[in-house]
Amino acid sequence: MNFFEDIEVGEKTRLGSYTFLADDIIAFARTWDPQPFHLDAVAGARSHFGGLTASGWHTAAIAAKLRAQAQERLHEVLRREGKPVPRIGPSPGFKNLKWMRPVLAGDTITFESEVTAKKPIASRPEWGLVFTHETGHDQFGRAAFELTNCVFVERLEG
Amino acid sequence: MMFWEDFHMGHRASCGRYVVGREEIVSFARQFDPNPIHLDDGAAEATALGGLAASGWHVCCICMRLMADGLLNGADSLGSPGIDEVRFLRPVHPGTVLSLRREVLDTRTSKSRPEMGLVKFRFELLDASGDVMFDMVGTVLFGRRNPGFRPA
Repeated sequence: MNFFEDIEVGEKTRLGSYTFLADDIIAFARTWDPQPFHLDAVAGARSHFGGLTASGWHTAAIAAKLRAQAQERLHEVLRREGKPVPRIGPSPGFKNLKWMRPVLAGDTITFESEVTAKKPIASRPEWGLVFTHETGHDQFGRAAFELTNCVFVERLEG
Repeated sequence: MMFWEDFHMGHRASCGRYVVGREEIVSFARQFDPNPIHLDDGAAEATALGGLAASGWHVCCICMRLMADGLLNGADSLGSPGIDEVRFLRPVHPGTVLSLRREVLDTRTSKSRPEMGLVKFRFELLDASGDVMFDMVGTVLFGRRNPGFRPA
């Protein structure tokens, strides 16, 4: 992300795509979400998901990874132009995270982020809050994932 | 095995113990959330975190692991349609010991899927002194012991 002042509401960023392979789904689930439909193709096929399914937190973590990579690309451009690079702070939380359909082994999810609101913080003048609506669509264009995210971004005139 | 019928509004329980290590914080951040505040003490000290802190996604994953071990793998869990809200209330620094507290906020049946029911929980991660570090309100789907039965 840019400095708080330079971010515009309505701005959209394509974060990128990721294909969820069976081995990665299983490795993630072993560590963080060891439920049968995330660990085993047969158990997944017998479940209401109809196949080996990525943990919802795996989808969320991949969205975070692609968001960080998109940010790094932007910051690299700023550095090359000799411009200052904003600090991106922690997040106070997020809302309305939805897993609309299962992400099955082999699915490719394409993530996008749109700035929906900005809010200066009176008590912390060097930071502002930026709200984004982030979505993930599968290879058929069907919505699979969304959330309303929120992050502290450094202000130029702090 | 617990089914949807076994969850009752207002019920509270605690489970699990998870020690968050420095190497784990850095390796999760390298893999999924490489912001300097999760990788580097100096960068984190310059923010409100006051020192290296786990990525919020990492804390969500720890919560998920404690839920799976302490609740879902002893129940007919069918996954989750989503989370209403997550709040990162305090930074999770290296050495923090977390446990999971849950409270049932609501239970309801599904009209379209009579074989399953929904349970809305508040999940909280507490540190060793009992401070709430994280809270999350979200819904879990469970299989029903008596599919389609509606109590009067």
